[in-house]
Amino acid sequence: MSSYLVLAGGLSPERDVSLRSGRRVAEALRTASGVEVIEADVDASLIEILHKHRPACVIPVLHGAAGEDGALRDVLTSLNFPYVGATGAAARSAFDKPVAKNLLARAGVATPTVLALPHATFRELGAGGLLTGIREYLGLPIMVKPTSGGSALGASIVRSAENFPSAMVGAFAYSEIAMMEQYVKGTEVAISVLETHEGVIALPAVEIVPESGIYDYNSRYTAGTTEFFAPARLSKDLAAECARIAVLAHEVLGLRDWSRTDLIIDEAGTPWFLETNAAPGMTETSLYPQALQAAGLNLGDITKVLVQRAIARG
Amino acid sequence: MSGSRLDPWVNSYAQRTAGMQASEIRALFAVASRPEVVSLAGGMPFVQALDMEMMAATVSKLLMERGAIALQYGSGQGDVMLREQILDVMAEVKVTAHPDDIIVTTGSQMALDLVTRVFCDPGDVVLVEAPSYVGALGVFRAYECDVVHVAMDDEGLNPEALSEAIAKLGAEGRKAKMIYTIPSFHNPAGITQSQERRTRILQIAKSAGILLLEDDPYGLLGFEGEPPAAIRAQDDEGVIYLGSFSKTIASGLRVGWAVAPHGVREKLVLAAESAVLCPSNYSQLTISEYLATQPWREQIKIFRDLYRERRDALLDSLDQLMPVGTTWTKPAGGFYSWVTLPDGLDATAMLPRAVQHLVAYVPGTGFYVDGQGRQNMRLSYCYPEPERIREGVRRLAGVIEGELKIAATFGTSSALRNSPGRNVPAPDLA
Repeated sequence: MSSYLVLAGGLSPERDVSLRSGRRVAEALRTASGVEVIEADVDASLIEILHKHRPACVIPVLHGAAGEDGALRDVLTSLNFPYVGATGAAARSAFDKPVAKNLLARAGVATPTVLALPHATFRELGAGGLLTGIREYLGLPIMVKPTSGGSALGASIVRSAENFPSAMVGAFAYSEIAMMEQYVKGTEVAISVLETHEGVIALPAVEIVPESGIYDYNSRYTAGTTEFFAPARLSKDLAAECARIAVLAHEVLGLRDWSRTDLIIDEAGTPWFLETNAAPGMTETSLYPQALQAAGLNLGDITKVLVQRAIARG
Repeated sequence: MSGSRLDPWVNSYAQRTAGMQASEIRALFAVASRPEVVSLAGGMPFVQALDMEMMAATVSKLLMERGAIALQYGSGQGDVMLREQILDVMAEVKVTAHPDDIIVTTGSQMALDLVTRVFCDPGDVVLVEAPSYVGALGVFRAYECDVVHVAMDDEGLNPEALSEAIAKLGAEGRKAKMIYTIPSFHNPAGITQSQERRTRILQIAKSAGILLLEDDPYGLLGFEGEPPAAIRAQDDEGVIYLGSFSKTIASGLRVGWAVAPHGVREKLVLAAESAVLCPSNYSQLTISEYLATQPWREQIKIFRDLYRERRDALLDSLDQLMPVGTTWTKPAGGFYSWVTLPDGLDATAMLPRAVQHLVAYVPGTGFYVDGQGRQNMRLSYCYPEPERIREGVRRLAGVIEGELKIAATFGTSSALRNSPGRNVPAPDLA
């Protein structure tokens, strides 16, 4: 019997998260399918491993560049290996947050105003005046983060003018382009989306209440530091609206199989689109597995279904 | 309605676990384990320099001749023969003792734990160098000690600063329980105390009635001349000496020791028995067999020569490549150099950029309990080959230059990412 290959790791700052996600997916798939599941890193040996094992399907569980930016998916396409998840082109649209936000805004979804600038622009025009202008345009507080990448790495909230420069430096440590986004205060929810032969469905929203008030790296990956509500404490109408947006994002961005959309619901009850992940985290503290559980589903069974779909589409 | 914290025991943990959290910095070290990255971060000894056939023969002989002892429980204080052999090893740093004064431990890290367990109640003050060994800080924190850093200078722990710290505590009606120091080839500072300095520090400790905890894992790894005489060589009542085979033989065997005054030693043995019953007999007898049958002094010379060559590669390339305003210590032994970045740069904030440029280091903040060290980094030269070290420094210089440009643009480098987690690599990271 042929094998499946779970790809995890890579050189991104989210390597550790990816390795943990990958191990979890591999184990669940192994149990659910009874098929041999190989785990591999993305390195110089990958092509050789692919040719040696000829896996029936590849499951990329990579976070950050090469995994989510579409490059690796294009490689798999060119080598004719079926894989779970978005195509390279679609993954690229989701990976670049300002691009994804623009596509969703054009589809009529509220999303916080954003500006995205490379370091060179600040150097050439002078950071002082530029930051003042941006501050006046967006209004404090401002969310600063790298345009790509996840796990809140390099992200920070600017609440006063003097913290703005250091927040920019923090974002530029992870990315060549930093985005500055209007900060929306409210309830954070994540809506996982699952695409099967029955269509694209939203799983129950997961509400995120970090103990520290900020859902940063520490709050994401230290069990116990964040309280999760699955399903989220939303009215039926609001839950339906969040689900609609997540499904819309999945479709507008052209994603496949699975995705996770992060929203923030302001005090007036308006959901604001923040981003969509084409390769959602699958660690012990990640949101997608919690949504599956809330829906009475099992990670292994679902991965098996998605693998079969990927094989069927070739 | 309450949600899920994904950990049913979240309200049951001891307060001392508060700092045991996921860390963004630690996540970056996961990338450093990839071969593309030149890691100047971890402190793994280069055990590949051991003759593995010889090690295999040593272990084989041990198991064939004394297997039933090696695989059995042993004494809580450690194997008698090994304790006698440790006397020969310590003679190199002029320490004399009786085998009964020695307790063998699971690496000297366990000795650190036992000493702290025996001496320190929550809130007790421990004086440490600024910066200090991260593993010791972790132990002191675990026992809820109040860690106070004392400044170092080019000769190590500064006596005036030490006296001032003791006096300041005295004015508050407090007295430190211990002074923790690494006199030779300091981790992370790469500095060695002169003999005069050692004597002065001992005098200060004795006159204040404070126990001196001397940690000496690198003492035999000096690059010039004789190994420096340990502080314990001057005094056998006021000093607890910690030694280790991790750097001179094999870190994976986890064998270290403490030499302590008899009253202390008895308590350490009882504490050890309650912690682990006894250190691994297998590891102890492997070390003992090795010391008895192999030219261990020659092997240490091989290690010294190898680390000297790597130290030279590091210092030469730092000299050639580092941007103006960067300074570093010039270690005469051991594994580490301590780098100070140009004004305005922050080594913690810069680490993601470094990792993306495929070079890793440990940011200085990991070696302090109080947030100092942002402008510093520890570079380790023990593991990578000299060519890789040069390539790593070349990449690091580029990263620092890039960071200088960003700092110039924004007038700051501090990203204020002060993660509460443990911001140092795991022990198995090169």
